[in-house]
Amino acid sequence: MALTKEQIAQRIARELRDGYYVNLGIGIPTLVANYIPQGINVVLQSENGLLGMGPFPFEGEENPDLINAGKQTITTVPGSAFFDSALSFGMIRAGKVDLTVLGAMEVSEEGDIANWKIPGKMVKGMGGAMDLVASAKNIIVAMMHTNPKGESKLLPKCALPLTGVKCVKKIVSDIAVLDVTPNGFKLLERAPGVTVEEIKIKTAGKLIVEGDIPEMTF
Amino acid sequence: MNKVIASADEAVKDINDGAVLMLGGFGLCGIPENCIAALVRKKVKNLTCISNNAGVDDFGIGLMLKQRQVKKMISSYVGENAEFERQLLSGELEVELIPQGTLATRCMAAGYGMPAIFTPAGVGTEVAEGKEVRNFNGKDYLLEYAFNADFAIVKAWKGDTDGNLIYKETARNFNPMMAMGGRITIAEVEELVPAGELDPDHIHTPGIYVHRIFQGNNYEKRIEQRTVRKKI
Repeated sequence: MALTKEQIAQRIARELRDGYYVNLGIGIPTLVANYIPQGINVVLQSENGLLGMGPFPFEGEENPDLINAGKQTITTVPGSAFFDSALSFGMIRAGKVDLTVLGAMEVSEEGDIANWKIPGKMVKGMGGAMDLVASAKNIIVAMMHTNPKGESKLLPKCALPLTGVKCVKKIVSDIAVLDVTPNGFKLLERAPGVTVEEIKIKTAGKLIVEGDIPEMTF
Repeated sequence: MNKVIASADEAVKDINDGAVLMLGGFGLCGIPENCIAALVRKKVKNLTCISNNAGVDDFGIGLMLKQRQVKKMISSYVGENAEFERQLLSGELEVELIPQGTLATRCMAAGYGMPAIFTPAGVGTEVAEGKEVRNFNGKDYLLEYAFNADFAIVKAWKGDTDGNLIYKETARNFNPMMAMGGRITIAEVEELVPAGELDPDHIHTPGIYVHRIFQGNNYEKRIEQRTVRKKI
């Protein structure tokens, strides 16, 4: 059984460590905030200018001056801070953010990522993604292993325009957890009921399989 | 020193066809609503707009796009706007997409008197095409130039008659950078107070950067993505 989007988020949340400053991208990464393990305190950064992002507001308490990078109404938690966009990307560029989680359309075996443009179709722009991937110390990608046609999105080389080069450290897909190593994708875990053989077939880039690969549990 | 002006129409009266503008805001949050409405009334054309986003179809910069007042957008993200998409695909509108941090820092550089900055954002991507790459301590960086804008138009929460500005929550976003970066800076504020009333320790943008200030009215503050949770 492939993981649901919620399970992908839940698995990524296990990578969080106490005291981390974390930037969560739009989509599945946003869901990670729902699964922060007990006893772990992390501070969420929103690149439009906030540290200490809280949950969505209660109905009727939406504040138009308080939004996240996905333009959603949000709240703050105690200890939060507001700042301008230059400072926000200053702290990103300076490597102060411990973990960045974002989505991808393609990742290469060298850790290149493509997630902002499909030539010939509508181009919406890269937003803060290029700044984040160019500077983050640790980048985890949340993605589907294959596209709707069943073609692998983990490739020897990205075909789409790149967002950043040699930057992805780890991938949590709907069927596997993999590290990006100098020698290719290293398989760490498989989704419940998914075989190593299936992951091999669905990974176009170089896949390293060493020893027994444990099944994820939820 | 008299920076206080009566209205948005007066604020934009000398913004003419072909001007290069910086417009503050992130999405629809913290955008200079009153000045955008005045520019729509004035019907100036061939504008170059430096703004993180391009508004939505019927609000923000989207209102200027609808009237075909914008020649070029310099932004980091321009989704959520069907008219924008139509003009882009038909070739009526020129668009330069740049990383969000690069956009903010190019504004900041203008206000800091620095001609250019180095950033790793976009190295190895199509953003790097034609740009100088310099290696510092083993890592590559792109040379990016400070913006050169005729006018910066920003929105603040409170301002005083000397042009000092304080922003509110995430409505701050690009406004301070742009306030610093324009040759002429126009600030619209929700509340204008006499100089001396704001705590100098709390000023985000010192008045030296602000040339014109007025108290705006009828702020709609439209919410782009209303997300809530249920009370249990």
